[in-house]
Amino acid sequence: MSKKMSTENNSGSKQATTGRMAEGVTVNEDEVAFFARIADQWWDENGPFRPLHLLNPTRLAYIRAAINAHTGTSETSLKPFEGIRILDIGCGGGLLSEPLCRLGASVTGVDASERNIEVAKIHATRMGLTIDYRNTTAEALAEAGEQFDVVVNMEVVEHVADVPAYLAACRALVKPGGLMLMSTLNRTARSFIFAIVGAEYVLRWLPIGAHDWNKFLTPRELADALKTAGFTPEAPTGFVFNPLTGNWKLSDRDVAVNYAMGAVAA
Amino acid sequence: MPHDQTTDIAILGGGLAGLAAGIGLAAHGLDVTVIDRGEPGDQTLESFDGRSSAIAYASCNLLKAIGVWEHLEGRHQPIREIRVSDGPSLMHLHFDHRDLGAGPLGEMVENRHMRLALHARAKELPNLRHLAPASVTEIERDAVAARLTLADGNTITAWLLLGIDGRASQARRDAGITVTEWGYDQVGIVCSIEHELPHGGVAHERFLPSGPFAILPLTGNRSSLVWTEKQHLADTVMGLSPRAFEAEVQRRCGDFLGKVKVIGGRWCYPLTLQFADRYTDTRLALVGDAAHGIHPIAGQGLNMGLRDVAALIEVIVEAARAGLDIGSGAVLDRYARWREFDNVTLMGVTDVLNRLFSNDIAPVRIARDLGLAVVDRIPPLKNFFMAHARGTVGTLPKLLSGDRL
Repeated sequence: MSKKMSTENNSGSKQATTGRMAEGVTVNEDEVAFFARIADQWWDENGPFRPLHLLNPTRLAYIRAAINAHTGTSETSLKPFEGIRILDIGCGGGLLSEPLCRLGASVTGVDASERNIEVAKIHATRMGLTIDYRNTTAEALAEAGEQFDVVVNMEVVEHVADVPAYLAACRALVKPGGLMLMSTLNRTARSFIFAIVGAEYVLRWLPIGAHDWNKFLTPRELADALKTAGFTPEAPTGFVFNPLTGNWKLSDRDVAVNYAMGAVAA
Repeated sequence: MPHDQTTDIAILGGGLAGLAAGIGLAAHGLDVTVIDRGEPGDQTLESFDGRSSAIAYASCNLLKAIGVWEHLEGRHQPIREIRVSDGPSLMHLHFDHRDLGAGPLGEMVENRHMRLALHARAKELPNLRHLAPASVTEIERDAVAARLTLADGNTITAWLLLGIDGRASQARRDAGITVTEWGYDQVGIVCSIEHELPHGGVAHERFLPSGPFAILPLTGNRSSLVWTEKQHLADTVMGLSPRAFEAEVQRRCGDFLGKVKVIGGRWCYPLTLQFADRYTDTRLALVGDAAHGIHPIAGQGLNMGLRDVAALIEVIVEAARAGLDIGSGAVLDRYARWREFDNVTLMGVTDVLNRLFSNDIAPVRIARDLGLAVVDRIPPLKNFFMAHARGTVGTLPKLLSGDRL
């Protein structure tokens, strides 16, 4: 099994001792309160996860448009994804799972961090959303034989040790003809400055050491790896950050730092 | 028995801007509940509000996009030209829509007709509930939702509360948002006239020493007047006999419309400028007069409200289509950043215009006469003012540019 961590991991806070909760034994009141506090942090747009909140509308615009195009669903409906089963890998506190659920999809969110899953569950309940959150990995889910219409795989692959093995597991999770959406960082001089120097050292958006630039994949390398895993990759879309306004936008041309790529399971 | 109703968006205030917002949001698929204290039937009587509104070209685009305009068939008068002149001088400024190439500068619509059109459109939308008369006794807002308790004990839970409840906004007061306000020692006296000669779709704005005097074309041989007067003369003017009032109106209009006759009532409003120190709070956004009240000198009050509405619809619909929480701080911040700058700019311009034109000091008068003449001769400057009148300056919401979301 490859070792993964989500960028949405709140590595700044202390780790909870939550071993008992996964086994479904008694839920400790203090632990619930502890998770509720982290949930507030996760969803505080000016809190430690501000960078993700800034990026979120742009990634969602990309995800929505890509699923609309793939499934031929309405671009303007507020519930376009009814009847579509979506898996969100590395779901963190649920920043993508909740919107996809609101859009009508039946969503399963998985995260290797048990703490993230507890946080995500608390927040979804508070917002009245029904999401199947599980503290597991893509590999374990694939072994169990689960399949989805769409797999959302945002900002995960750059943290994966064995990319071919991971993508093979992802392929098993997508129904034939289904769609996988990935986003990651390109390996360019600009991405080194932006992600490592900028985001980790200067802005302190991410913990230092969160990323290993040498492991970043270029769009071409990712497309090749996807083909090998049994996908038909689509052209990449850039997520471009404007440091002056703090806003992100989608770009067909600028894929030098953050980019996304859709891939259809053959 | 009290029951709890859930809705996506609760709107406090069912006036022109409140209903337009509710309709626009519902037309894009959101579930909306509009709550208003007044009896809807009463608000469409001429005695309730005899005013008319100059709807800027951009605002017309919004009303078309949300399906309201078609209910105004035969009840709007295009403004084809605007003539601005200074009291005793011959210098003047002349805005003609042909200079800009497309469509009229704006449209005059009587407020009660606008209300009827909004009510008719609201009825077509099953996901829009219009609770009126109804009043809110308690407002609670937290990280998850806004909850309103009504006087009848029922509650409404929404992701977002919009305060579109006017200058004395209950939503604003409840949130503890303060306002900055100043008066002008002026009142606006409003009435409608019938006249012998056709107005030809021309709007006139005259800068008299007591303040601006506007003659705005209505359908048929009728016009709406906005007569700005010094505060201390307001009671005298309002107390004039019908015949004396009509004589005063005739004197101010001059004879280019022939004999004029006052129809319906007269209304008097104090002219003040106020703006909320913040537009948003937890799960709350202020819109229109609740956020900013403006001196009606440039006829921009409702237009500013409709610009808020158009920006808000765009921001909320984009968020809802991305599946985002429509009442979250990020969504509300985007609205506030977009509108605050625009509104403060327009209020500043309007304030300066009023101070400049509401006096009779000779050097100021000469300077502004020259100014009018200069603006009239410099096409780019003139076009800027015309674009302002049409409401097409600044970062326009899509619904104001004639685009769809």
